[in-house]
Amino acid sequence: MSAYLVKRLLLAVPVLLGVSLVVFTMIRFIPGDPAQLMAGQAATAEVVRQIRESLGLDRPLPIQYAIFIGNLLKGDLGRSLFNSAPVVEELAQRFPRTVRLALASMVVASLIGIPAGILSATRHLSWLDSLVMVIALAGVSMPVFWLGLNLILIFAVRLHWLPAIGHETWRHLILPSVTLGAASAAIIARMTRSSMLEVLRQDYVRTARAKGLAEPSVVRRHALRNALIPVVTVVGLQLGTLLSGAVLTESVFAWPGVGRLLVDAVLARDYPVIQGAVLLISTTFVALNVLVDMVYAALDPRIRYE
Amino acid sequence: MATESAVLPVRSLPTRTTTGAVWRRLRRNHVALAGMAVLAIFALSGIFAAWLAPYDPYRADLEGSLAGPSPQHWLGTDELGRDILSRIIYGARVSMVIGSISVAIGVALGVPVGLFAGYFGGRFDLLSQRVIDVLLGFPSIILAIVLVTVLGVGLVNVMIAVGIVSVPTYARLVRGQVLSLKTQEFVEAARALGAGTPRIVFRHIFPNTLAVLIVQTTLQVASAILSAAALGFLGLGVQQPTAEWGAMLSTARQYIQLAPHTLIFPGLAIMLTVFGFNLLGDGLRDALDPRMKI
Repeated sequence: MSAYLVKRLLLAVPVLLGVSLVVFTMIRFIPGDPAQLMAGQAATAEVVRQIRESLGLDRPLPIQYAIFIGNLLKGDLGRSLFNSAPVVEELAQRFPRTVRLALASMVVASLIGIPAGILSATRHLSWLDSLVMVIALAGVSMPVFWLGLNLILIFAVRLHWLPAIGHETWRHLILPSVTLGAASAAIIARMTRSSMLEVLRQDYVRTARAKGLAEPSVVRRHALRNALIPVVTVVGLQLGTLLSGAVLTESVFAWPGVGRLLVDAVLARDYPVIQGAVLLISTTFVALNVLVDMVYAALDPRIRYE
Repeated sequence: MATESAVLPVRSLPTRTTTGAVWRRLRRNHVALAGMAVLAIFALSGIFAAWLAPYDPYRADLEGSLAGPSPQHWLGTDELGRDILSRIIYGARVSMVIGSISVAIGVALGVPVGLFAGYFGGRFDLLSQRVIDVLLGFPSIILAIVLVTVLGVGLVNVMIAVGIVSVPTYARLVRGQVLSLKTQEFVEAARALGAGTPRIVFRHIFPNTLAVLIVQTTLQVASAILSAAALGFLGLGVQQPTAEWGAMLSTARQYIQLAPHTLIFPGLAIMLTVFGFNLLGDGLRDALDPRMKI
């Protein structure tokens, strides 16, 4: 197991280096002087010169990249062009909020998706099965921001049950997490269903039934435990998707997380913030994928020996 | 031995099913047919927008702005008094164009990479796989945002960004298919009969990847339309005044209390179109290869 762990972790290193290379190159592909872009249009020549020096823009590209990585390792992602706040501080303040939203959405998605999938599989080819699957497909077809706006319209504007914007209390978390979790719930439901159907066909399930066990017990104790292994993977991978999906949900609900910071930064051409936010989201995404692989390997020993 | 196996295993391969057989299976699948019907309606509205749309989608009428659905304006008017139905009909054209061109970009770049990486292996494979790993290190919407940051906003750049985002999916998919196909006996047989590499790759291997490619492409159009709408909504995609569904929603959110109809219909249009592609994709998967059925 530990050999597998080390191998999987090592595989993530070149990916992260590649991600940092893309983020580093990004600013150099935009037409114009990178130092001027980083300093903003209103900057004085002196500020532009300082930035050029600190990024080493007059030096060869490989050295510039080394400086970039060096700064990154020191936790220096530059400063915002608008409020001059260090990008790292801004991200540190906002990241926990995005994580909170993503985790809440994952709970919503699992609570809806797993039971729906089980229900669908145990009533295979019934009208209920078809209904659940059509709803699930509608769930993945719906633009997440549109769902969010509709929920605001119904539960905040019309019924006044829940707040539309803000992030202070748990009540603020409900609409955004349902919005963000809906598509994942649909994917989890489809995965749970197909995995359950697969397992329900196995010999050991037939044996359990043959020895006279009641159906609920067969489903819960024999089928579900085995069927959930691939579902865990999907739930884990969805967490990564949820983190990035937060870009849209946060914009709809004015949730002050990293996703909204990124969108605002792109609109305002605040390049240091764009770089920082993209790096943070992608690094978390890669780390989550590694984590999912490890959990999967722990749950299913066959994976490790492949 | 080689000549015998050249005939036998081919029959068991799903892609050798004739178009007629696939169509017969697809026709029995009512859900997939419903998807096709929805798509046909949107495609036809996009193509014949100029004849179907009751009004000019860009003609403003400030006195009649934000009016709810009425006999004159079936789906109401937007903040500038433009007819929403006409904008949705023209929006179908924009979405169809974005969906097909961005997917074409993804196929054009991803499929050759997957074919060559899978067939030749070696350094090209290693290099392309690492690049793909890096691209997959970005969540897709984040990669699209990064690309739009570099390229700038607008219709063409959105298509390029959304297209590039789908490249890794195609490259991975085709590579995986090629890896399993190239060890099959019919490929060995073709090689034994003296077929050259281009002939093996394009005549024997590539046609056998088409089944999964068609399914993937159908589903990919759905996700391309969603991504483009998302970019439009964030203000990073197609810009006003173009009648693009995502951009329409972006404006509509400001009038959520005053005129909820401006919000509901463009969103419904996106959802139905994407739903249609997803239904058709699922149906095609069942029809082309029952083994892929989930």
